[in-house]
Amino acid sequence: MIFLNYFISGISLGSIYAIIALGYTMVYGIAKMLNFAHGDVIMVGAYVCFYAVARYELNPFIGLVLAMIVCTFLGIIIERFAYKPLRQAPSLAVLITAIGVSYLLQNTALLLWSSNPKVFPSIIGRGAFKLFDGELSISHITALTIIACLVIMAVLTLFINKTRLGKAMRACSEDKGAAQLMGINVNATISLTFAIGSGLAAIAGALLCSAYPTLMPTTGALPGIKAFTAAVFGGIGSIPGAFLGGLMLGVIEIFAKAYISSQLSDAVVFAMLIVVLLVKPAGLLGRQTQEKV
Amino acid sequence: MKSKTKYIQVPSKSILPDRDIAREPVLECINLGITLGGIKAVDNFNLTIGRTEIAGLIGPNGAGKTTVFNLLTKVYQPTTGTILLNGKDTHGMTTTQINKAGIARTFQNIRLFKNLSVVDNVKAAMNNEMRYNMLSAILRLPNYRREEVAAHRRALKLLSIFDMQDMADVRAGSLPYGAQRRLEIVRALATNPSLLLLDEPAAGMNPSETADLMDNIRKVHEMFQIAIVLIEHDMSLVMNICEGICVLNFGQIIAKGTPEEIQANPAVIEAYLGRRKEA
Amino acid sequence: MTMRRLINLKRVEARRIYLTYFIVILAYVICQTMSSTKILSSTMRGMLVPICAYMVMSISLNLVVGISGELSLGHAGFMSVGAFSGVAAAILMQGFIPFAPVRLALAMIIAAIFAAAAGFLIGIPVLRLKGDYLAIVTLAFGEIIKSILNNFYLGVDSGGLQFSMLSDTTRLLAGGKLIIRGPMGISGIQKIATFPAGFILVMISLMIVFNLVNSRSGRAFMAIRDDRIAAESIGLDITKYKMTAFVMSAAMAGAAGALFAMNYSTIVANKFDFNTSILILVFVVLGGQGNMLGGIIAAAALTILPEKLRQFSDYRMLLYAIILIITMLGTNNQEIRNFFAGLNPFRRKEHEEEAA
Repeated sequence: MIFLNYFISGISLGSIYAIIALGYTMVYGIAKMLNFAHGDVIMVGAYVCFYAVARYELNPFIGLVLAMIVCTFLGIIIERFAYKPLRQAPSLAVLITAIGVSYLLQNTALLLWSSNPKVFPSIIGRGAFKLFDGELSISHITALTIIACLVIMAVLTLFINKTRLGKAMRACSEDKGAAQLMGINVNATISLTFAIGSGLAAIAGALLCSAYPTLMPTTGALPGIKAFTAAVFGGIGSIPGAFLGGLMLGVIEIFAKAYISSQLSDAVVFAMLIVVLLVKPAGLLGRQTQEKV
Repeated sequence: MKSKTKYIQVPSKSILPDRDIAREPVLECINLGITLGGIKAVDNFNLTIGRTEIAGLIGPNGAGKTTVFNLLTKVYQPTTGTILLNGKDTHGMTTTQINKAGIARTFQNIRLFKNLSVVDNVKAAMNNEMRYNMLSAILRLPNYRREEVAAHRRALKLLSIFDMQDMADVRAGSLPYGAQRRLEIVRALATNPSLLLLDEPAAGMNPSETADLMDNIRKVHEMFQIAIVLIEHDMSLVMNICEGICVLNFGQIIAKGTPEEIQANPAVIEAYLGRRKEA
Repeated sequence: MTMRRLINLKRVEARRIYLTYFIVILAYVICQTMSSTKILSSTMRGMLVPICAYMVMSISLNLVVGISGELSLGHAGFMSVGAFSGVAAAILMQGFIPFAPVRLALAMIIAAIFAAAAGFLIGIPVLRLKGDYLAIVTLAFGEIIKSILNNFYLGVDSGGLQFSMLSDTTRLLAGGKLIIRGPMGISGIQKIATFPAGFILVMISLMIVFNLVNSRSGRAFMAIRDDRIAAESIGLDITKYKMTAFVMSAAMAGAAGALFAMNYSTIVANKFDFNTSILILVFVVLGGQGNMLGGIIAAAALTILPEKLRQFSDYRMLLYAIILIITMLGTNNQEIRNFFAGLNPFRRKEHEEEAA
């Protein structure tokens, strides 16, 4: 039963990673860049939600919507000013810029909101479902997280496969030049991708801080890196891959914490990443691409 | 017409009719094929290249010519068939090992080491013949100096074949287009190949540059006595320089023979030369 | 295009190398004189060794990022391996090598060996990957090294060395001493690192990198960076050369780590975190990828500036972030680049030529 408890909290943590990983993977699929700053967008989302709920005593869901709006715009602005001028630049340059943006967000947050940790109020209270005479307890936030992740996955899959905009996104990720010739507005599509990814980051931020209620300017960094690991794990660029990678990483992390050592759990997670990349260099569900000669 | 005394007509199994079979062929492709994205990009490709032959690989755009080069140099691993290089099976070899075994190539879209100087591009290709280790390099030991001086001399000599010795210390990426193409050939030669693959060496060149290039290829062939296979759209170059020509269309060989035979072949005219008239 | 307008790379490079050596020696002589005549404040004197260590880190990372064209985001990890192994070695040698400079030199060599070994182990999986993947895995390794060192215990007694993970389970005999104490790191370090030693390490690192660049290995590194497929086509062993660059770089970082650590009395693994890796990357990027002189000047400037601008210390990382972004945009976007080039009359010609 303890095992099942761990498993469920692993799935819950994994769901958060999966939602964040979606942002990484969609952006990578279309812009072929690692948006290193994604983790810090989560943090911004969490702060907006925190201030809306704790200071202005708004309904948590209004706070969440507010956070999504702010993050969506943040994502679009980052793309426009930092990444768009580098469309033609080598990937090393783009990656370094993304790291710069990540530090910019973290340190701006540090100046605005100080480094003191804030206690994040859970968006749906701290209750729990008790099953099997209380032997298995699933907190509401755990349940909500898992449900949210499933809903997001379903909606996103439908969006990508069934709508015009989704088709445009897939076209751009295949071949930007050809997409442009077919009348797709490539810049708008890339902006849209950043917007969706950042909006999801806001949700992830609220869920993350509800489950682990300490909020600091560096809150987003480690989950960001881990979610990124999850995206790579599942095969970056692949949406089901992000889902699978996120869940697996969450479960591995919780089990490593429980059965190996809590101090070494991060090391175990990263070691898993390396093992996966060795066996499947493009990740579990990723496509191996070959440079044209 | 070249003399037929040196070249002997070969048995029916084989491919280009004129070839030096006094020695074993440098390259034999047997039933070579690859499937890329569900399409048979190259299929049932059989070709034998003689020790000192100049052969042309022609065909319309998208016929699979560059794919053949990529198969020969193992940029792609073939799905079917065998490639024998100097009589040895190349199965499972990497691009690096293929080069060490004797194939050097140029690229359709020029791939120079842009930020290195011209002479360093050539010296980089001589890496495998140099012997000194890192310690000699860091401490500038005598064997480092000796080998570097020798390599530099040889690099300049190779560059001088294409009249490029004056540009030795220029950044390769800043060279004019034609010079970049020539430098690629020099770089390939510097690895001491027994088979040189040239992918559209005259692309983007004007007629006088092409004529110079033709002389240079002949000169290289004369000096090094190696086999050369070239992909080219410039028919005057191909017909003038090649002893044997192989025509590809839709990944299949549609004709093989001497330039005269190819020019008279109705299938080739339909697939290839007919298209040229439109252009 | 006329030949005259093409830049003679050989001459430019040679001039740059001599200039680098000259400036480093000149800076050393000036600092040493100022330091011995007490013109330099004691805080500044205390920073001379860390500056040297960061310079070496900058040179070392430049070998990977600038020369080999791969991004390493875990370079602080190698520094950390070097720091811990070097200091541990120095403590162990305390008894039988009384002369401090020799102990320091040996400790740095041991640190370099350990870091090179770590680089080799990490390189086996990492160097099979390309680009972004490689960057992220180096990041992962940096974190793994940090986690491991944070949970590593090493003790010595008359029976020899003993170590354990997670918690201190070493059963040391009487008179034994715990050297590495997990998250507490190493304390009670003898500060034997000196400015002249740092200067020598910088000079050696420069010599290694410059001489390598002008050799078959260096040409191979740069060829692979410029075009991997062409490099394979001329028979270069990609993995071998990438590994060489990576291990050399790790070894230099290890020596720098040992030098750095022996300037303080206490050292902990958390000092060498992702932020430190990024800081070193900022040196390289700001100095210009592949430009050693730029990298060491950036290292010195960005180590001294925060001390001088203490009241703005909150803004330090913010400033680094902005520097990173602006440098990248400025060097990689043609429009922005032309704008900056237009401001600088000396560089205008060069840029026109690039564009031509």
